[in-house]
Amino acid sequence: MYDLRPTIRTERVSVVVNGRTISVPAGSSAAAAVLTAGSPLIRKTPVTGAPRLPYCMMGVCFDCLATIDGVPNQQSCMVEVVEGMEIAVQEGPRMPPGANENEN
Amino acid sequence: MEQFDALVIGGGLVGSAVAFGLTESGMRVLILDEGDVTLRASRGNFGLVWTQSKGVGAPHYHRWARKSARQWPTLAARLSELTGIDVGLEQPGGLHFCLSEGELSDRAEMMARLKREAGDFGFDYRMLTHQEAAEMVPGLGKQVVGASWTPYDGHVGPLPTLRAFHQAIQQGGGIYRPGSSVQDIDAAPHDFRIRLAGGALVQAPRLILAAGLGNIPLLPKLGLNCHIGPQRGQILVTERVSRLLSMPTLNVRQTAEGSIMIGDSKEEAVFDSLTQKPDVMRTMAERAVACFPWLAELQIVRAWAAVRILPVDGLPIYDQSAQYPGAFAFSCHSGVGLAAAHALLLAPMVRNGELSGECSQLSSRRFDHV
Repeated sequence: MYDLRPTIRTERVSVVVNGRTISVPAGSSAAAAVLTAGSPLIRKTPVTGAPRLPYCMMGVCFDCLATIDGVPNQQSCMVEVVEGMEIAVQEGPRMPPGANENEN
Repeated sequence: MEQFDALVIGGGLVGSAVAFGLTESGMRVLILDEGDVTLRASRGNFGLVWTQSKGVGAPHYHRWARKSARQWPTLAARLSELTGIDVGLEQPGGLHFCLSEGELSDRAEMMARLKREAGDFGFDYRMLTHQEAAEMVPGLGKQVVGASWTPYDGHVGPLPTLRAFHQAIQQGGGIYRPGSSVQDIDAAPHDFRIRLAGGALVQAPRLILAAGLGNIPLLPKLGLNCHIGPQRGQILVTERVSRLLSMPTLNVRQTAEGSIMIGDSKEEAVFDSLTQKPDVMRTMAERAVACFPWLAELQIVRAWAAVRILPVDGLPIYDQSAQYPGAFAFSCHSGVGLAAAHALLLAPMVRNGELSGECSQLSSRRFDHV
């Protein structure tokens, strides 16, 4: 669905998008890697669960929220890929660690 | 010259609530809204429908705030029925946390005073221990030594509310005119003509001044004195998280969509809404994290400052001009909480031409002896 523009960048890195390893040019955003991988979605919205993909690619729309290397709700268009990065679907709202335990 | 039943200067929550109430009674209303160059207090609210701590030493204001909270479900249902917009109203009660024994004993004294002053109107509340509060909200921080709770409190989405008001007013035949700067007011009893920048002239037998701090230059034209100034409040907003908070607290609430809002900052006499001071944001964040340590893990995705309206004694001001009957001026800090009272109780008074009950006690005549 998406093809990368021709690039003079020759260095490439491997990232894992929803469990599938792909190769993208170094310097790409994680959101670009998601589109390159052809994923059907990168998040499910917290309100209705609707599937979404990256949209604005410039840090404004928050539609590209992903779990990156285990950290939820990352704006993947603002994150540069590094070798071995794991990008996974953000499944609705995040559950903050420790929110269900009372400190005593 | 265009003619209407009422002209409302100010399209924020106060002006829109009154305009909605007037529209509901069949009046043809024109809202003049200056534009996004203005301070826009109604775009920066925290969204509480709050009653505890309102009107200490002023039981008439406490009653007014409580009446508004009681009217909110009717308003939300009516807005939803007319526009299909869910304003996200929830009124499960609310918590005010105390982070030291001193804060807790001051709070207990204040709540007891509110109950004493409420008299026959009544005021239900409870002072909670840490353990009791921890059973009501998840992950309560150990720095919270106790809390006050009332059943009346709640919260609502300020932006959906504003949007629903505007839509309902226009569906009811009212006109919302943005980019309308008031050039001049020609006032006579029950006859008000406003010249807009650009030259257009509009006329009505009623005029409602509800322009927030924009009231300041216009009040003298109606023979009224100014008793308001700016107070800046800042807000931090986190990423959306699972539904965790079953009720709002004074400084932390979770929106219907899942964002956590952190508020309760006050900076006196600041007119600037474009900058934010890190020290204020840090203090807000620290207090929020003391209440809910799990907040420290969350990302802040937005922050803003809003310049709000503060009457000099903190209580709302409802005036009708003695010199020019038919002209009203309203100023308040709690445009969200009081919106239901403004739409359903105040607007009928404007229609009838007389401010009564709590509103008559909240006129600016209270400043005359100062």
